[in-house]
Amino acid sequence: MTTAAPITRRRIRGGVGESPLRIDGIPKVTGNFTYASDLYADGMLWGATLRSPHAHARITKLDTSPAYAIGGVVAVFTAEDVPGRMGFGMHADDQPVFARDEANYWGEPIAVVIASDLPTAKLGVAAIEVEYNVLEPLSDMEEADAADSVYRRMKVRRGDRDVSGDVVVEGYYEVGQQDQAPLGTEAGMAIPDGDGGVDLYAVSQWVHSDHMQIYPCLDLAPEQVRCHPVGMGGAFGAREDVSMHIHLCMAALRTGRPVKMMYDRSESFVGHVHRHPARMWYRHEADRSGKLTKVEGRIILDGGAYESSSMAVIANAGYFAVGPYKCDNVFIDAVAVKTNNPPAGAMRGFGGVQTAYGHEAQMDLLAADLGIDPLELRRINALGRGDLMSTSGQLIEGSLPTVELIDELAQMPIVDPLDNDDPRHLPGGTGLTTDPVHVRRGVGYGVTLKNLAFSEGFDDYSDVRIVLSPTGVEVHTAAAEVGQGLVTVIQQLTREVLQIEQVAVVWDDTGQIGSAGSTSASRQTQMTGGGTYQCALELRDQILAEFLGDDLSEEGVWKEGQLIVTLGEVCALRPREHSIRYRHPETYATDENGQGDPHPAYAVAAHRAVVDVDPELGLVRVVQIDAVHDVGKLLNPVAAIGQIEGGIAQGVGLATLEELVVDKGVIKNGNFTDYLLPTFLDMPHVEVRWVEEPERWGPLGAKGIGEPPTISSGPAVAAAIRDAIGRHLYRVPILPQDIVGL
Amino acid sequence: MIVTFTVNGTNQVVNVAGSESLLTVLREQLGLPGSKNACEQGECGSCSVILDGALVTSCLVMAADCEGADVTTVEGIGSERELHAVQQALLDHGAVQCGFCTPGFVVAATHLLEHDPHPTEDDIKEALSGNVCRCTGYGAILRALVELTEETA
Amino acid sequence: MEITRPKNLSAALDARADDPGADLLAGGTDFMVEVNFGHKKPGNVIALRRIEELAGIETRRIGAGVTWARLEHSEHKALAQLSRTVGSPQIRALGTIGGNIGTASPAGDGLPWLAAMNAEIEVASRDRGTRRVPWNEFFTGVKQNALEPDEVIVAAILPEYVPANQHFAKIGQRSAMVISTVAAVVARDEDGRVRVALGSVAPTPIRASRAEELIAGNPDPSERVLEEFARTVSEEVRPITDHRSTEAYRRYAAGVLARRLLERCLAS
Repeated sequence: MTTAAPITRRRIRGGVGESPLRIDGIPKVTGNFTYASDLYADGMLWGATLRSPHAHARITKLDTSPAYAIGGVVAVFTAEDVPGRMGFGMHADDQPVFARDEANYWGEPIAVVIASDLPTAKLGVAAIEVEYNVLEPLSDMEEADAADSVYRRMKVRRGDRDVSGDVVVEGYYEVGQQDQAPLGTEAGMAIPDGDGGVDLYAVSQWVHSDHMQIYPCLDLAPEQVRCHPVGMGGAFGAREDVSMHIHLCMAALRTGRPVKMMYDRSESFVGHVHRHPARMWYRHEADRSGKLTKVEGRIILDGGAYESSSMAVIANAGYFAVGPYKCDNVFIDAVAVKTNNPPAGAMRGFGGVQTAYGHEAQMDLLAADLGIDPLELRRINALGRGDLMSTSGQLIEGSLPTVELIDELAQMPIVDPLDNDDPRHLPGGTGLTTDPVHVRRGVGYGVTLKNLAFSEGFDDYSDVRIVLSPTGVEVHTAAAEVGQGLVTVIQQLTREVLQIEQVAVVWDDTGQIGSAGSTSASRQTQMTGGGTYQCALELRDQILAEFLGDDLSEEGVWKEGQLIVTLGEVCALRPREHSIRYRHPETYATDENGQGDPHPAYAVAAHRAVVDVDPELGLVRVVQIDAVHDVGKLLNPVAAIGQIEGGIAQGVGLATLEELVVDKGVIKNGNFTDYLLPTFLDMPHVEVRWVEEPERWGPLGAKGIGEPPTISSGPAVAAAIRDAIGRHLYRVPILPQDIVGL
Repeated sequence: MIVTFTVNGTNQVVNVAGSESLLTVLREQLGLPGSKNACEQGECGSCSVILDGALVTSCLVMAADCEGADVTTVEGIGSERELHAVQQALLDHGAVQCGFCTPGFVVAATHLLEHDPHPTEDDIKEALSGNVCRCTGYGAILRALVELTEETA
Repeated sequence: MEITRPKNLSAALDARADDPGADLLAGGTDFMVEVNFGHKKPGNVIALRRIEELAGIETRRIGAGVTWARLEHSEHKALAQLSRTVGSPQIRALGTIGGNIGTASPAGDGLPWLAAMNAEIEVASRDRGTRRVPWNEFFTGVKQNALEPDEVIVAAILPEYVPANQHFAKIGQRSAMVISTVAAVVARDEDGRVRVALGSVAPTPIRASRAEELIAGNPDPSERVLEEFARTVSEEVRPITDHRSTEAYRRYAAGVLARRLLERCLAS
């Protein structure tokens, strides 16, 4: 057949650098997107949980028979009913599926009632007869440290302890307990497969980790339990741990029916882990020129009643205790303690948030003592590629453009002075507390760093499978899309390599594909995105090699500008597929002095906060955050800004509004009236700039961006408030009474 | 008791057992799960609907007290084939991440623009101050609505 | 649960007299929170939102069924100011001043204004007719009021003279949807008398009468007098420490807030 007009190659849309619309966007804006809380199955039963009303108590009587007397109650489960292993957990199997003899935190699950509807299940819970021998709870983290009630002690010993500087600043800092408070609460459904196994659809940041914890407790073989990704209303760390997962599976298996659970907001507060509250003691020494000579620190994080991921959180706190600054003499003692407080675990920032408040406040104190501009002091000490990490001594081989970020931030114009007497522009807002004459403006900085992906020798990987057919590409992954936009980045990277616009992302379950790792540690863009990119490259190379071509697109295989094979012919016999297990460069556990190479990559963020304060009443308005971010390579500008602004909101929240009030182990404010999330009127204006210095691994050198904005923004706001009032503040969240000094 | 009211233009007859909220009835009896249950206190706006022309949190409305009412939920605003301008704007500006707050914002923003087609930025923020978002930091939502109001100016 | 939806006040009073245990439901912004959290399992409910007689607004008479959304446009300046801060737009569309009065929370947003205006609460029953209760006799304690089980709150009644020079302010930790830690209304009459009312600093709304006496008739108080005024307010309040704030802060902030509002009155 003679050639007709030459085949023109269509310019595809939606590649790297663009901001394509997310494919789940239309269902979400029309209310059609299915979240775990929207799941429905014919014949489904509901579950409700009996929880301990004491922070520490012996359970002396547990009689579930009154629950069975309630019409509609089908089953009740307690520790007696756990078929296999009793314990589960992110690292240790220390948390029991149900408390049996002893409840160790307020809200710990003791039983689950399954009934025909949720109100009946709750009635069943209320009917259970329980008696307790109340014990004194261990609630204070310093007491726990002294009593050696500890999950992990981690120390850093690097350099010469006897070195001293020309100036010394000491400080004590506290970080209150923040909650992730995702809008969508915990929810899920388990469906028995009729063959002794079960399919679970429950909110999760890591279905494979859940799976590994679930099947041993059910005494099933791994393939008998399948954990499926589901739609969820946010995560921020709250979904990394198992919550209702094992309960749901037990109930479904025993009743032979689908079982659904959903926590309401108050139960959600107690049903997931929280950020570790912190106490920190720091001593920084520097020479006259501003260079850090020695940093000493003691850090305590309260891990609560069960270990969760405390081992890793305290390590992060230790490794990032100094911040993105050079120092050859660093001595840190960090401990995660065990108490009868609600369990703490992953939350965006993961230990780095807490120490950031400490080290950034210390840098400001040094700057004041030395008479050096605070941003300049940070620049003088900034860590970069080729330097040694001040804590672990690891050579920084990848990207770390701290100086460039600081320089960029210094160039950003500062927001205009207050010239608007609309109350919405004043501290106190429409509460009309404040006139412009009462306002003092402050400026502060937060420059911080965070590891990307998992550390200390953890075998961190992501499995990706790509299937190519004439109609387009499918990318298979078990990664959790929690709202951050991973789904779009996967499409963009696939398009970039294969030059095929039609890319479907298929969320596989644990039975269909290997682990993608957790959606946490700012790792999915680099790990699942990196795996996608690498997998696509290898698939492309295979096809080009097979057909002796030099380019691939949705038209087919090209050679020297001519289309030689159509995509249909490429896939004539069968779809083309390729799988990959993507790993980052190896990391290693450190020695007993915290020395070694624990991290695969870092990201730094530099923020400037401008706040207006009414010092007489202690009211704050965060006016603007100028943010410079180390993105490696910008894949999707709109999504990146979304992560930055969202992360800043959570940072501002911890600095000024959010604290879980826990009194002797009891949560006092587990509701949205009393746990204050930032509203539209609380959010500052945000200006964003990027620095693109590619990382040495990952897709096109892109870096994760989820956590850095949360880590830098809070300390910047705290610093700005201190600047406005001219006084030191040691604790966050900063409350009106703290500013006033009462 | 039997309660009759209009939802998204359709007459609905529901049997209400007790004091359950309009939100519960919408989600569990009327097959309209678009309105979300995130706090049950009126503190987050995820359950926002229009009730007799007013923007309200449906978790605080007793279903039994809805006799004769006219309710619009997110499902009654636009459709997948033809999005409302507010829905399209939110989508275009990356204002949707996890999306749990999105139905509430769609309802609240649509209501705002029907009553005030050209709100200032401050007006937008105040009108939406009853809708909490945990993912976006509100920036993209603001940009979406500002551009929308500028287009129609 | 049975629900009655009376269309006029008379029918509502009948329902209330026939079933004194029944709950009154107006906007539901307090009631439904209790229901949703399982703290209240209502027996029977009398829904009031259709009753037009409760929804009227006149200069000196505000119907119990009037919503905060409507009161944002009140001719009474401080009432308009405070209405704008209640809850959220969604809550303002539902919540009523009558509900605020009935709940009688120490932090009720409308209550300091009623105190400052020397308002009376008009209540009615089928068997005893209408009576008016002065605000300070109506609010009897934390979430306690003088309403009899067969009565319905009908309106807030203002006296003959209502000072135009009135200002409100409320301290909360967040810019929206916030329960006040301290709230205040200060008004200055044409004859120089001053009214200082505060909320969230005592079991009920209060008037700082000693501070009022101190400043009465003084059109241009000195700095020293203003400081004494603030200090006196601080002494008169009876705040507590709770999860929202501390006694010390509330006591101090009450003085600051009252002084600023007084200064606004004097500048008017």
